[in-house]
Amino acid sequence: MTVSSASVSLKETPRRRVKRRLTISEVLCAIVIGIAAILAIAGPALAPHDPDAVDLANANVGTTLAGFHPLGFDAEGRDLLSRVLAGARTSMVGPLIVVLIAVSLGSLVAVAAAWVGGWLDMTAGAVLDVIFAFPGLLLAVLATAVFGPGLTAAAMALVIAYVPYVARVLRASALRERSRDYVAALEVQGQPALAICLRHILPNMFRVIVAEATILFGWAMLDLAAISFLGLGVQPPAADWGVMVSEGEVGVLQGYPGESLAAGIAIVLVVVAFNVAGERLATRASEGNR
Amino acid sequence: MLVLTLLASSIVIYAALYLAPGTPLSALTGGRPLPEETIRVLEQKYHLDDPVLVGYWHWLNGAMHGDFGTSFVQRVPVTDLIAPRALTTAELVFYAAVLVVVFGVAIGLLGALRPGIVDSGMLISTTVLAATPSFVAATVLISVFSVRLGWFPTLGAGDGLLDQIRHLTLPAIALATSSLALVARVTRASVLEEADREHVQTAQARGLPRRLIVRRHVLRNAAIPITTVTGVTIASLVAAVAVVEQAFNIDGLGAYLVEAASSKDFAVVQAISLLLVVAFVLTSTVVDILYAALDPRVKLGSHTS
Repeated sequence: MTVSSASVSLKETPRRRVKRRLTISEVLCAIVIGIAAILAIAGPALAPHDPDAVDLANANVGTTLAGFHPLGFDAEGRDLLSRVLAGARTSMVGPLIVVLIAVSLGSLVAVAAAWVGGWLDMTAGAVLDVIFAFPGLLLAVLATAVFGPGLTAAAMALVIAYVPYVARVLRASALRERSRDYVAALEVQGQPALAICLRHILPNMFRVIVAEATILFGWAMLDLAAISFLGLGVQPPAADWGVMVSEGEVGVLQGYPGESLAAGIAIVLVVVAFNVAGERLATRASEGNR
Repeated sequence: MLVLTLLASSIVIYAALYLAPGTPLSALTGGRPLPEETIRVLEQKYHLDDPVLVGYWHWLNGAMHGDFGTSFVQRVPVTDLIAPRALTTAELVFYAAVLVVVFGVAIGLLGALRPGIVDSGMLISTTVLAATPSFVAATVLISVFSVRLGWFPTLGAGDGLLDQIRHLTLPAIALATSSLALVARVTRASVLEEADREHVQTAQARGLPRRLIVRRHVLRNAAIPITTVTGVTIASLVAAVAVVEQAFNIDGLGAYLVEAASSKDFAVVQAISLLLVVAFVLTSTVVDILYAALDPRVKLGSHTS
């Protein structure tokens, strides 16, 4: 143990601790992601009104301060702010599940392929190449055709489509980790392969994995929202941002774009935040790993 | 590799029939009750009594000859339903691809060659646009340019060439938005990286005009990553087309796929899925070939093990 930790610290001291102050865009991203996370947990409780309460007398009425309706109402007279807040949960939890499963599977494949190498690496690469050819959205539509519309089938299809991306990115990082001296040292000590992979290689890849998961979250959110927009995912009248954009389409044509825009802006804000944060995390991870 | 990929995806698409809850027959008919005779005819036509592989072989064989079976909703051969819609979709994707290549590269170049406010403005706007899903872009475009300004028709695909271009302009922009932003960002990054290289400094030191340096020394090298990303994003347009067609009410392949998926018209779903995957894979392959043409250092076949 002492040998390995000494060699690691010797190698890492010069490039470690390049502490930079957070830039404005990084702070903004953190704020948006934080708010989104809070909404995903507490959004439905924070909604000032019942998000499903229909009141046709208020259909398409704009901002009304009496009674606090800052975003106005949708075509069925439901309070828009409440629907955006309540919709945060389904819109965020779906991508979260997809990312968690896809990243776990992807990192396992990556580490296994990098560790064993040879035939396993080749087979995994070939299989993943084939899945690569199948666009995620298309696979999700196919899945809903087979299992019926709903979030579960679509989410599982996206997991299958994303695993190759994750595995490909993480394989490079796993290979680099595999060739480090401390791994050789552990092997010489007679540590079992599984223990080295799980206890040493995976934790050392943590930063890369988190960066990849962050970027993937943005994609998953876009794809799941698209599926709900197509009417194959979350089903109306449930409040979900993708569903809201699609339900608001009639209003758009009549000159009331409020519903579609509110949900659309929510999606774009969250995805931008995750994309930028993911890119920064990836840059930092690769700087720390060189 | 190409053949293997296509074969594997066709197996997945065919096997979906057997994955569905219930029997393959009920998946095909969408659970509609049918008279005994029809069932017998169907079983024969789709070789449901034979082993799976035999059924697959007949389906694939038919598909290669342009026979995808019969739609259970419309009771018409699938090919007749798909062919006219495929044309609309192809036009839309082509239009969007042109936008991506022309404007993506131009905007990226602009950002790379004009540092300062142009560059940072371009960086911020492409960051936002890259995260804008096509259906949100569609909503904004419709409400601004069709409803408010009335410049473009709202829905449909139009007849005749000019009318079609007018109808497809907003959909193509919506479809192109995020890919365009991505291509612009990669163009900017790779041009900047290339401009930093030693051979460019040498060219500058020799006093070559800037225009010549950019065209001959920077762009030619930067073209390689740009082509890769452009190829990948254009291929992804094929997958994203369903969303845009739905948003603009265009009767194309993508919108029809969604309709067929929700009405469980399985033969149609299989046919369109297969077509779109083939288009996706072929686009990627064409990019690989282009790649080799652009960069003589890349040899075809050396990486297709």
